[in-house]
Amino acid sequence: MNDLIPFLLWLPLLGAALTLAAGERVRLQRAISFTVSALVLAYGITMLTLTSDGSVVVEQVAGWPGGIAIPFAVDTLSALMITVAALLVLASTAFAVFTGDDEDRYFLPLVLVLSGGVYGAFVTADLFNLFVMIEVALIPSYVLITRRGSASEMGAGRIYLTVNLLVSTVLLAGVGLVYGTTGTVNLGELAGAATESVGAALAGGVVLVALGAKAALVPVHSWLPRTYPFASVATTALLSGLLTKIGVYGIFRVYAVMFSGDERLQTPWLVILLVTMVVGGLGALGESAMRPILVFGMSSQVGYVLLGIGFFGELGLQAGIFYLVHNIIAKGALFLTCGAVEHEEGTGELSRLGGVARREPLLALAFIAAALSLVGIPPFSGFVAKFSVARAAAIEGEWIAVALVVAVSLLTLLAMMKIWNGVFWGADPDEADHSFAPGASGAVPDHTDPMSSTLLRRAKVAITEGPPGGMPRGLILPGLALAVLSLVLGLGADVLLGLTGTAAQGLVDPSAYVIAVTDR
Amino acid sequence: MSAAVLVAVLVAGGVYLLLQRGLVRVTFGFVLLGHAANVLLLAAGGMSRREPPLLSTTDPAVAADPLPQAFALTAIVITFGVSVYLLAVAGNGGDDDAADAEADPSPARMTEQGVEL
Repeated sequence: MNDLIPFLLWLPLLGAALTLAAGERVRLQRAISFTVSALVLAYGITMLTLTSDGSVVVEQVAGWPGGIAIPFAVDTLSALMITVAALLVLASTAFAVFTGDDEDRYFLPLVLVLSGGVYGAFVTADLFNLFVMIEVALIPSYVLITRRGSASEMGAGRIYLTVNLLVSTVLLAGVGLVYGTTGTVNLGELAGAATESVGAALAGGVVLVALGAKAALVPVHSWLPRTYPFASVATTALLSGLLTKIGVYGIFRVYAVMFSGDERLQTPWLVILLVTMVVGGLGALGESAMRPILVFGMSSQVGYVLLGIGFFGELGLQAGIFYLVHNIIAKGALFLTCGAVEHEEGTGELSRLGGVARREPLLALAFIAAALSLVGIPPFSGFVAKFSVARAAAIEGEWIAVALVVAVSLLTLLAMMKIWNGVFWGADPDEADHSFAPGASGAVPDHTDPMSSTLLRRAKVAITEGPPGGMPRGLILPGLALAVLSLVLGLGADVLLGLTGTAAQGLVDPSAYVIAVTDR
Repeated sequence: MSAAVLVAVLVAGGVYLLLQRGLVRVTFGFVLLGHAANVLLLAAGGMSRREPPLLSTTDPAVAADPLPQAFALTAIVITFGVSVYLLAVAGNGGDDDAADAEADPSPARMTEQGVEL
């Protein structure tokens, strides 16, 4: 199967070219997109079964000998990430079909290029190639964020572009420094390099800082809540599950291979990650709209995922990787359900929403399931994830970490309750607004006033579609599917825990990875 | 040493421009930072060996390391593409650096004010 690894990169790129050629024929574009993502998903699952015994599949691209070629390597961690990423791309694409995002003929090609870059980043075993893959994934995201060209979107896009470009430049400089100090950028050749020389450790540190900024760790997290909520709802779901997770994956891989999980760095890591958890949790509470709450929460979750790095051991990493898989799925479900509300109601402000649970019980069910999963309530996957993180911390004797894992869960619970009470529960805000409807429907929309456009939209809904409600099933199903998957992963956690255990072994002892990549 | 000074000057200029308000200046800042990264990449291959890296004609002891040059070439292409996109955003954004940068992320505001690209 190793010959097929480069397919992960060029199949989405080929798909992007074909969808571009398909032009205005939206159905053909959709067919190509879904076929490509489904093929990648099938390949990811195949690789997962092949690598579940801890073996590593490597393709030395173009047949150059190991050490000279730019290798692609798939181990359990990579295969897991590819599978989950492909799942999220499928769900987000399905969602975009129903929100109408894909009527823009450039939307699906951009999503395909982005997904290709993400898969490439998950399988590359070369630091410079990691930089290139991150760029391949980022450039479509620049366009996706600024695609509609509205003032607030351009403002957010400006921050997003400059921050990510700066971080990419730092990453590139870090890769250059790694080459200058060690003479190679092949991850296999770099094994343990940072423990042997101070120069290599500093160079690797620059790479880790850049990856940490991509993953939105505190104190370099503040770009995230200022940019993601402004994109279209489908785009936010896609970016949240894929782009920040490249940074997380990169930290796992680089720290495990290059630094061999250096013990001297455990305390700084713990401090950064615990502060990230707390700041993200508190920041989410301070927001007043659905997506900003969820996006701020992402920082907090990244803290949980990487906490295993702070006590580099098999248990902690197993918990972290499980948490990563759980988080992509549960967070994706939350973004898709909240996005469905936002798409239908025209706003994400908690104060202007309410009573959605009465009108859309199925959507509310999907949201509450995903929210409980994120908080860590059994029987959802979040419980297993949080329990194993807390257990690993307790076994390592990091009691402050245990306490914060539990305390920040309460903050997450509060944030989720805030959305539940503001959006799904309570009175229907439409009743108050209906008095404006006749006037607004005949009036010229005032583009400077955000309220009037919402009222106009509501008025249109009221006139053309009768009473509110009757959300298209297609808007509900992608989120519901991910929420159900989170439940399944919680009930059948043994299988996933086994896989993440193998992945964690591969990080604690990367010798199999190193031997396979360097081909010795 | 000259490479270190050059990188320092380029980074200083780049960061200064990056902190300016207009997006065109920010773009030029990124161009400078990109140059700094490229010089750093070239320096990573060793500054003392400068002969063309052709195995049959050049003594390997004095041949330049071709790998960082390939890195720099890739990085130049990426920087160039992103700079063009930044300029396009600067041209299309209009007064996007005006006071409403703190606008609330409600899509009502975003879609209704939207200008289709």
